Amino acid sequence: MEAENHLLYTKEHEWVNIEDKTATIGITEYAQEALGDITYVELPSEGEDVEQFEEFASVESVKAASDIFSPLSGKIIAVNKDLEADPGLINRSCFDKGWMIKIEISDMDEANNLMTAAEYTKFLESVG
Amino acid sequence: MLTQESLKRTPLYDEHVALKASMVPFGGWQMPVQYEGILAEYTQTRQAATLFDTSHMGEFLIEGDCEKTGFEHIVTMRLNDMPLKTSRYGMLLNEQGGVIDDLIVFRIARDQWFCVVNGGTIDKDARHIKEKLRPSAKFSNISMDLGKLDLQGPLSRDILKQYIPTIEKLNYFAFDYFDLLGENVLVSRTGYTGELGYEIFFPWDKIVDCWRTLLTHKEVKPAGLGARDVLRLEMGYSLYGHELSDTITPLEAGLSRFVDFEKDFIGKPALLTQKEQGIPRRLIGFTSTSRKSPRADNPLWSADKKMIGTVTSGSFSPAVGTGIGLGLIASAASEANFAKGAKIFFGEENNFNEAVISERIFYKKGSLKH
Repeated sequence: MEAENHLLYTKEHEWVNIEDKTATIGITEYAQEALGDITYVELPSEGEDVEQFEEFASVESVKAASDIFSPLSGKIIAVNKDLEADPGLINRSCFDKGWMIKIEISDMDEANNLMTAAEYTKFLESVG
Repeated sequence: MLTQESLKRTPLYDEHVALKASMVPFGGWQMPVQYEGILAEYTQTRQAATLFDTSHMGEFLIEGDCEKTGFEHIVTMRLNDMPLKTSRYGMLLNEQGGVIDDLIVFRIARDQWFCVVNGGTIDKDARHIKEKLRPSAKFSNISMDLGKLDLQGPLSRDILKQYIPTIEKLNYFAFDYFDLLGENVLVSRTGYTGELGYEIFFPWDKIVDCWRTLLTHKEVKPAGLGARDVLRLEMGYSLYGHELSDTITPLEAGLSRFVDFEKDFIGKPALLTQKEQGIPRRLIGFTSTSRKSPRADNPLWSADKKMIGTVTSGSFSPAVGTGIGLGLIASAASEANFAKGAKIFFGEENNFNEAVISERIFYKKGSLKH
């Protein structure tokens, strides 16, 4: 399974791209494949606060709903509105057009709790 | 929870694994939920043709006069006026009017009946039928002798007629025996998808050949239980364990047209009492006003947020473009308030999602009767 090198990862298969104080968050290739065809994404609103490893969204596929957890704490500054009409963007482009939210990071040290691409790749091997 | 080891396997288990299907437990069987993806398999069924392994389903053979053996008294549909080589849908009821199972009965000869029942209820059904049949009847459970393939989709006839030229003459809910790949097999024009389609009952130990042969056609792809569930839900078809159970009556489930009140049958007195005293619940169809899908066991709420019932099945509907569901609601909650078009909510108490009561059929453009 592909893991993008410049990103950090959670055990729940979310990714985060940190650029200065902004973090872009989405779900990984492994997660989108496990979920299957995504039909609905329930996103939070801009201005809300999220906590590290707490639920901020839910993603539904044809058969199931899954909670998505935030890799970092912060204030939501953007949500991907394209997902409302085309939730399949996550299946087709999970690391790019299928991003979910952008936050302003409140505690940069929390990044130490996340996995690097190499660690995540190893983690994926361990979960089979 | 059943362990993987204790789950039964159909004769096509290795085929599914080779096709990289995701396998899930279903009614005591290990079954493919999807191969390529649920939506792709759904679309393939609506637009071309798919092949489903339904070998987990049960088959019984009952021999004897339907009235003298008491078989007529065991099922809700009328048997004695069925033309030969036709089939009829109905139910087995308990004394309380609850549904033991839903089934299709095929009349092979005047006194020869072939029954197709759900895979998860084979033992329960066999016990019930054997107990209620008179000794003059001959009952055989042939579930492990016969596998079953469902070829479904608008192109299914064109494909099947390359093997069975006379298949074109088979009408909806009719069946016959045909030569197929060297076997004489029962093929019926039935299915669970809302599309033109056939169910092929093939010898258990030879069905791999039939599966592989039909999949050589580029118009045919394998489809799993995931797509099957979306397809049947769009048609408003009941799924045992969801819309039907030992504690849900056919009147509540909206299936009274499959119950013949002109004859006597097990459970009829209970149904008549329900008719007289009022049917406690009724099954509704509803459409989410968003892409958010209802899920089985979600509570259902009235417009003023009083709990009125429970979702029995829910999914995203590709045909409608929103979530759709079936649910049982209390009839006491005034009938008039829950007419077609009425606003309701589904979801847990902290997460209400708006929906509108609709017909129990969500898709009407299928090739079913073409």
